[in-house]
Amino acid sequence: MKLVFRQALQHRSTKPALWLLCLLPFVWLVWGTANDALGANPAEYLIRATGDWTLRLLCVTLAVTPLRVMLGLPELAKLRRMLGLFAYFYVVLHLLCYSWLDMGFEWGDIAADIAKRPFILVGFSAFVLLTPLALTSFNRAIRWLGPKRWQWLHRLVYMVAVLAVLHFFWMRAGKSNFAEVFVYASVLFALLAWRVIHSSVWGRLSRSVGFTR
Amino acid sequence: MRFNQFSKGSDSGFVHPLSSEITPHAVYNERRDWLKQMAAGAAGLSMATWASREAFAQTPSEAVLRPGKLAPLTGAVSRVSGANTMEKITTYVDASSYNNFYEFGTDKSDPAKYAHTLQTKPWTVEVEGLVKKPARFDLDALLKLSPMEERIYRLRCVEGWSMVIPWVGYSLAELIKRVEPLGSAKYVEFITQADPKTMPGVRSRVLDWPYVEGLRMDEAMHPLTLLSFGMYGEVLPNQNGAPVRLVVPWKYGFKSAKSLVKIRFVEKQPINSWGRSAPQEYGFYSNVNPNVNHPRWSQATERRIGEDGLFAKKRKTLMFNGYESQVGQLYAGMDLSKLY
Repeated sequence: MKLVFRQALQHRSTKPALWLLCLLPFVWLVWGTANDALGANPAEYLIRATGDWTLRLLCVTLAVTPLRVMLGLPELAKLRRMLGLFAYFYVVLHLLCYSWLDMGFEWGDIAADIAKRPFILVGFSAFVLLTPLALTSFNRAIRWLGPKRWQWLHRLVYMVAVLAVLHFFWMRAGKSNFAEVFVYASVLFALLAWRVIHSSVWGRLSRSVGFTR
Repeated sequence: MRFNQFSKGSDSGFVHPLSSEITPHAVYNERRDWLKQMAAGAAGLSMATWASREAFAQTPSEAVLRPGKLAPLTGAVSRVSGANTMEKITTYVDASSYNNFYEFGTDKSDPAKYAHTLQTKPWTVEVEGLVKKPARFDLDALLKLSPMEERIYRLRCVEGWSMVIPWVGYSLAELIKRVEPLGSAKYVEFITQADPKTMPGVRSRVLDWPYVEGLRMDEAMHPLTLLSFGMYGEVLPNQNGAPVRLVVPWKYGFKSAKSLVKIRFVEKQPINSWGRSAPQEYGFYSNVNPNVNHPRWSQATERRIGEDGLFAKKRKTLMFNGYESQVGQLYAGMDLSKLY
């Protein structure tokens, strides 16, 4: 069974297929906008949907390593960069929709909004922190930075994910509507907790006595 | 409660005069003749519809097309100042599918999906508290209490979007006069339906149920404050607060409580549901005010649903949602940045 999985992951059409899959929400949003299928308030729909997809892709990206280790599927690692870049793609769209549809590209108003409103500031910080990760996502960047430094830089993604959920929490806080926030927070918590446990002394010990997977 | 028939016609547009600039009678008559001429066909069709609405204020306006979904409920065009904006009316589809009605879920598409379970018959509204004549009205009695009027109001949601909706109902003041409030009654509290069996959202703990709203006595008595039973010439769809709701056009939408079951006259300012849930975000007054921002977004602009294009700039929000000339005096001397 596992072998079938590994072969499927290695297949040359896997990456393009995943690429198309990640692009589907975008295609739907473009189609929906053109065909007036996004409900009574398409601007709000676009801003929220691009935010939702950023969060989802962040979670999926962060799930790659735990799944790779737990399921013993090293091939999964090859898909991580694309997923991460799609998270960045959707956050750029999110910021674009906000700046355009909500703020009409009034740069002064946008700057004031970021400075004045914690929930916008937190979201914007997450975007800013994710940017160097996207910019150094290609192989040569690893060589330039050195793997250690590169890895350190890319650990920023944990902070980005926490900020993103906080941004979402704050957005929903005024309306006491936390059901979805709770789902994302739980997924994120599980993914980060796994890393803590996995890298802990206990994790290292268990591996040293031949508990490898 | 001033009922100013002379200012009507001139102040139902975008720019409202101060009460000191009320149209003189002669000018008013001249305008009325002009409107009648226009209605008679001298002007284009769309203008004529508006004009006839203004000139023959006895029949329901032709601008409002009945969607043909629910039982008809029509009213004569209201003579209350400010009650007939001539702005483009939001489509019925948008007005009945994009709703905040947390008793049916937190998503704005939830009410239209789930509100069909709401039982609106039989329905009674209890009026109690500091009144001489407390009463229990069944819906039929309420429907007959005063003649129905059609009122076309702007609706501004605290979330930054707006609509223009033709409501059917009468001034809440009509009901208030019947029950004869005592001098000690300073506020009116509105309690809405909260039935976990028919309202799935009530099972969640998003808010404390039932949903409660409140108005100061003079706000409740203001002729613009509407007890509404219908919209677009038909009875209210469940998702819009059937069978009877409040519409307070100069306040953010959440002040206009839906599916009313109890109206209580009290001495102390009631704590409204959103005020209880997030007092730093939602005040008791919640008057539409472009100068007082919500902590998480600006209230200076709004998007008119179905009208302002996706990439169009949002329109400026008007003080008291454009009803300043009618209601501004209610708040004279109050610091609206503190009493938001």
